[in-house]
Amino acid sequence: MSPPKAAPSPAAVPASQDSGSLRLVRLALPILVLAAGIAMWELVVRVNDIPPYVLPAPSAIFATLVRDWGVLSQSLLTTLLTTFEGFIAAAIGGIALALLFNLSRWLEYSLFPYAVVLQVTPVIAIAPLLLIYLSQATAVVVCAFIVAFFPVLSNTTLGLNSVDRNLAGLFQLYGASRLQTLCLLKLPAALPFMLGGLRIAGGLSLIGAVVAEIAAGSAGAGSGLAYRIAESGYRLNIPRMFAALLLLSAAGIVIYGLLALTSHLLLRRWHESAIGKES
Amino acid sequence: MANSAASRGSDVDPAGLAVDLRDVVKAYDNGVVALGPIDLAVRRGEFVSLLGPSGCGKSTALRLIAGLSGPTSGTVNVTRPARTENGRHPIGFVFQEPTLMPWTTVRENVRLPLKLAHVPPLESRERIDAALAQVGLREFADSYPRELSGGMKMRVSLARALVTDPDILLMDEPFAALDEITRFRLNNDLLALWRSLQKTVIFVTHSVFESVYLSQRIMVMTSRPGRVAAEIAIEAAEPRGEAFRTSADYAGYCRKVSETLAPAYSERSS
Repeated sequence: MSPPKAAPSPAAVPASQDSGSLRLVRLALPILVLAAGIAMWELVVRVNDIPPYVLPAPSAIFATLVRDWGVLSQSLLTTLLTTFEGFIAAAIGGIALALLFNLSRWLEYSLFPYAVVLQVTPVIAIAPLLLIYLSQATAVVVCAFIVAFFPVLSNTTLGLNSVDRNLAGLFQLYGASRLQTLCLLKLPAALPFMLGGLRIAGGLSLIGAVVAEIAAGSAGAGSGLAYRIAESGYRLNIPRMFAALLLLSAAGIVIYGLLALTSHLLLRRWHESAIGKES
Repeated sequence: MANSAASRGSDVDPAGLAVDLRDVVKAYDNGVVALGPIDLAVRRGEFVSLLGPSGCGKSTALRLIAGLSGPTSGTVNVTRPARTENGRHPIGFVFQEPTLMPWTTVRENVRLPLKLAHVPPLESRERIDAALAQVGLREFADSYPRELSGGMKMRVSLARALVTDPDILLMDEPFAALDEITRFRLNNDLLALWRSLQKTVIFVTHSVFESVYLSQRIMVMTSRPGRVAAEIAIEAAEPRGEAFRTSADYAGYCRKVSETLAPAYSERSS
């Protein structure tokens, strides 16, 4: 056969210069807005001489962040650990359950409704109950798990069910075992969906951890960031509330960023969602 | 299954038949008959096309031959070679879509049938290179499917079917989604492969021109339920090439096949 003429990859588009400056603008604009917002805030607080227990200036929040770093960093670690444990439990539980559902339709029919029930019941309402029956450390992780596992489960299920029919036929033709079909066909095909679910689960497990900490904190114990916010509120230490809040949202952003990066690295060679960003 | 006497895999083929369907009927679960009753005998090394309107059960026939589903009644006989070790598989299947795994390279895609048969990587490598060379894609072994054109993806699909050194190549409208010029080129390449490898090819198509150009024999099928309406032998000087495509013979056969096909699609509203 004659060798085909097509190039293995499309040539670089000359519009890359344009898209480069566009990227810069897209990066610069939100930072500019942030800087303007902070400056405005600082100005309003100073001009009107607002006391810090009503609205602290950004500079005061930053000072608190530095001064209380010892306490806050400890709390940050606690919350991150809870989030991480909840996330891992959700990832393993969600994927394992999806695989079981894929193996047995009966199991799916029997259990899926309860997964939905768990998902639609507000976790803030479940948390106090969990705190009665479980140790606090466990209850917090279970809360993070409950909030985060559903997107992993439903996305992985969707992925496992969207395997190319003809590819599945091919595996059947060549006498593939169930394990081979799972490892070589179903899991790779479901990977983009799974990663999408995990990306949502990352943010949700932080929310779950925070909700549980607040519920637990009101019961009188705990040292996570959410508990710091509640505690600082009672003491009218508003700058510290803001500082803790700042750390929480920074943690959320980092978690999302890490998961998005992982997803991109895993999919960039073949999946449309990752390719679209590059070319 | 009314008659599950559907036997497969007999080694004896006194008539030199590669595939032998007798009185085969395939009905869906809802009772609608998709195919048959149909008789189809294909000799070893023969190039046969199944030509017919969409939904006439052509693809169903291929799936039956491949063993991907069983007949509702009748027998499906596929001659299997005595040696099937080392990832050798009697049947290669090429779908209308390239049906490649997008998450891995061309090489790994072609390797799939060998991997499923636990052929060691070192031995696989040689055979993959040979299969890729047959379709002219050796230098694209490490590319990902998305980096290839539609025609090249189809070649990869063909290489994957050839890597098990099958006796029978089942092709389900493999070039239907390609542009005309790419399709012509792949037609020529397929003919060259068929001549050199001496495989039995059963080729499903809805293109009159493609079936005349490629096949030794065309089975014209009626619309659902699919039956054989006519059998037309194409007797052209071998090897066929572009000269055949522009010959009066070719035009004559196309006309004959078109005339035979007409009742198949005009009788029923589709």
